[in-house]
Amino acid sequence: MVALGYTMVYGIIQLINFAHGEVVMIGAMVAYTVIVTLTSANIGLHPILIVLAGVLVAVPACMGVGYTLERTAYRPLRRAPRLAPLITAIGLSIILQNLALIIWSRNPMPYPQIIAAVPYHITGNPDGATITNVQIAIIITSFAMMAGLLFLVYRTRLGVAMRATSQNQQVAGLMGIDINRVISLTFVIGAGLGAVAGVMVGSYYGIAHYQMGFILGLKAFSAAVLGGIGNIGGAMLGGLLLGVIEAMGAGYVGDLTNLCQLSSWSDALARRCADGAYLTLFGSNYQDVFAFLVLIAVLVFRPSGLLGERVSDRA
Amino acid sequence: MTGATQVVPEGRHAPPLALLSATDITKRFGGVQALSEVSFTINHGEIYGLIGPNGAGKTSLFNVLTGIYIRDAGTFMFDGEPLQNLKPNDVAARGIARTFQNIRLFANLSALENVMIGRHVRTHAGVWGAISRNAGTRAEESAIQQRAYELLKYVGVEKRAHSLARHLAYGDQRRLEIARAMATEPKLLALDEPAAGMNATETASLRALLEDIRRDGTTILLIEHDMKLVMSLCDRVLVLDYGKKIAEGPAAEVQKDERVIAAYLGGEVSLNLKGT
Amino acid sequence: MKTFFDTTKNPWLVKAGFVLVIACLLLLPWVLASVGTAWVRITNLAILYVFLALGLNIVVGFAGLLDLGYIAFYAVGAYVYALLASPHFNLHLPFWIVLPIGAAVACMFGILLGAPTLKLRGDYLAIVTLGFGEIIRIFLNNLSQPVNITNGPQGITLIDPFRIGSFDFSKRETILGLDFTGPIKYYYFFLIVMAVIIVINIRLQDSRIGRAWEAIREDEIAARAMGINTRNIKLLAFAMGASFGGIAGGMFSAIQGFISPESFGLTESVMVLAMVVLGGMGNIWGVIIGALLLSFVPEILRYTVEPIQKAIFGQMLLEPEVIRMLLFGLALVLMMLYRPAGILPSALRKRELETKIKA
Repeated sequence: MVALGYTMVYGIIQLINFAHGEVVMIGAMVAYTVIVTLTSANIGLHPILIVLAGVLVAVPACMGVGYTLERTAYRPLRRAPRLAPLITAIGLSIILQNLALIIWSRNPMPYPQIIAAVPYHITGNPDGATITNVQIAIIITSFAMMAGLLFLVYRTRLGVAMRATSQNQQVAGLMGIDINRVISLTFVIGAGLGAVAGVMVGSYYGIAHYQMGFILGLKAFSAAVLGGIGNIGGAMLGGLLLGVIEAMGAGYVGDLTNLCQLSSWSDALARRCADGAYLTLFGSNYQDVFAFLVLIAVLVFRPSGLLGERVSDRA
Repeated sequence: MTGATQVVPEGRHAPPLALLSATDITKRFGGVQALSEVSFTINHGEIYGLIGPNGAGKTSLFNVLTGIYIRDAGTFMFDGEPLQNLKPNDVAARGIARTFQNIRLFANLSALENVMIGRHVRTHAGVWGAISRNAGTRAEESAIQQRAYELLKYVGVEKRAHSLARHLAYGDQRRLEIARAMATEPKLLALDEPAAGMNATETASLRALLEDIRRDGTTILLIEHDMKLVMSLCDRVLVLDYGKKIAEGPAAEVQKDERVIAAYLGGEVSLNLKGT
Repeated sequence: MKTFFDTTKNPWLVKAGFVLVIACLLLLPWVLASVGTAWVRITNLAILYVFLALGLNIVVGFAGLLDLGYIAFYAVGAYVYALLASPHFNLHLPFWIVLPIGAAVACMFGILLGAPTLKLRGDYLAIVTLGFGEIIRIFLNNLSQPVNITNGPQGITLIDPFRIGSFDFSKRETILGLDFTGPIKYYYFFLIVMAVIIVINIRLQDSRIGRAWEAIREDEIAARAMGINTRNIKLLAFAMGASFGGIAGGMFSAIQGFISPESFGLTESVMVLAMVVLGGMGNIWGVIIGALLLSFVPEILRYTVEPIQKAIFGQMLLEPEVIRMLLFGLALVLMMLYRPAGILPSALRKRELETKIKA
């Protein structure tokens, strides 16, 4: 889902929006605040409603942030050499991270697990693979949003405008499409998706942290590239694939190479494998290396990604 | 005075007449057949024109020749040796230099620096030379600068030697690109629409420059749309249409060829082109 | 009065200026030491950042390749030094052997990284280099099992300082009646190295290779058409930048005495990038100023902001670390929006204008 945000923006203006990860983080944080406030206010709302409220506040907040970023920082640089918006995006990413740090404090904040996690056994075997209702909800929501997005892009006028702009900005403008509005909307929609993703990530891992955006963003970008940057179906495919690769890799590489294994295996190992600030959040170490390796491999061997179109430089 | 000389000293046997010969060059992009079995020959010391309607494949041919695209089939023989799928920088080292349809100068560097960069392929100083500035490197640097000035003078841009390339007038930019290409000491100079956007005066002085270049021993391959220029300047001409060769020969003959006329005008037409 | 400072009319001014600057540089550590010895240490670190910024300047500024994982080379250099000159493996090679080894290893990593990736376009290269930087850091953090190479997050301690015979750079001594503390000794050494590195950079820029880098930066396709082997030249930029990083890393190990993977993260890579951007990509003197600014200003802030905040608000609202990062982010964004050429006016423009006046 985060990958979708990246791929949409890249498809339209060929910019890797580094700050996107931070937008997701903001989504998680804002929702967190709302949820915590509502929960502790003890109004007696059903937990699902509380989460929904969190999402409903987070989405417009993130959309606002996305819009602001685009207007103030990216739009003036639309004609600048490619390096410039990239550097700006990095700068924005830093600013957002630190602002979040100031507003929400440095510490990882526990996401209130107000929806009781009810595990369902998939294979009927009580010790086999399980899936909780929260995870099911996440999966359903994700697919619903992706479907919605596909509908938007392929079946609506706005979608056509977006696709036209991504193909050829100048001509699209000449055809009467308001480029600025389309680009802004792309950012905003991407941000909205990111917000929902942020809430889901927060719920799933149980923590919200000002630096969560960074790793998330990188992995999502890898997913987007894997599927073919600029290609929405690709982003979805890439996201799913990357998730699977990462999970399997993290699980099995440990067995194969006897390096640090997942901390669930033993406390002593978990302690030994404690990492620098960026990674403690998700208890992973070499796991993240996978995302990067996939990214590098894809870029080197198949830059167009699995579903992507060739973007080549012509003389 | 300048450029590679093709003058044959007494007593040596003459080099083969053809500098570049192409056989059955083919290139397709997805569904589009950009070039279909194109064959032609360019002789030493001539000015060879490449013409055809828009989209005929002229620039594609350039790109295939200079290594920017890889051909699907066919061979090139350059100066007696085959030109195997070389990368653009190797092609330049072999002696084919080009200019671009849309002018690709190093915009934020000065005119002088642009030409000096053209000397890169014929010089050697590496990192050690750069850092130590030993005698050999210093001699080479001063030779590079001197040669660059000479070339700027040759094309007539020496007064703007220190101006940034992007600040030059359009005509000067085109000339600068030629000077830069000349700096690589090419045997074959391939120019992609050098007269595009020029008025009559500018075109006339461009023609003078190209004739100077030919006189001084460099063979020229020229894509152009300006028919007057092509007919008055080129010894022989190749005509492409939809990726296929439809005529090759002396300019005067090609100009009367019915197929050529039809290609440009889109039908069976008999045209009286008054002597150009 | 205006004409007094006109350097074209009074060329001796340039020489006088030079002498003045050098005199200041030589006296600086004593002045700083009187304020507090920490400041000499800060200055030394600032000089290391100048090395890093100049190294990255070759990659980003001269050749136009965006490297977001540059700090990895710093890390490699630091760890090579630490492993070869500390109790960790009980090797105690002298610094004049280890520093070149560190540079060579970093150079090798630069080539390793560059070979498959330099054909990528700008944005992709940026991400890949970022990934590389992170991978290096993760490995440094985890190479403590099954064989303890890097000692993981605890890092390596008790790293040897520079020593020449019996002259130990970390010991406090009195020479010629002056009190030379460890940092002050290192300062002079670094000053000399900095002079050498600046000369190397200037010479590189104004050379056949430097022009080739600029050509690639401006228009890679045209550069290739003119016979420049872009792949090798780009690799060269990477390799040189990496070597500089490696040397700086070794020095870092020595003056700190202790290193850990924490000091080599994305934040640091971005910081060095910010220095290059602030100074003007490609502009050697600008980059030096950028590095010095972004090294000193946060430190100065740290000493002034705390008491001010406590006085006004009664407590720390914004930690200096956070302010520093905010400043970096802002520097990047604002520079790109309003002054992409860097704080110093572009040297190229200057050249153009000057020759117009002469002609």
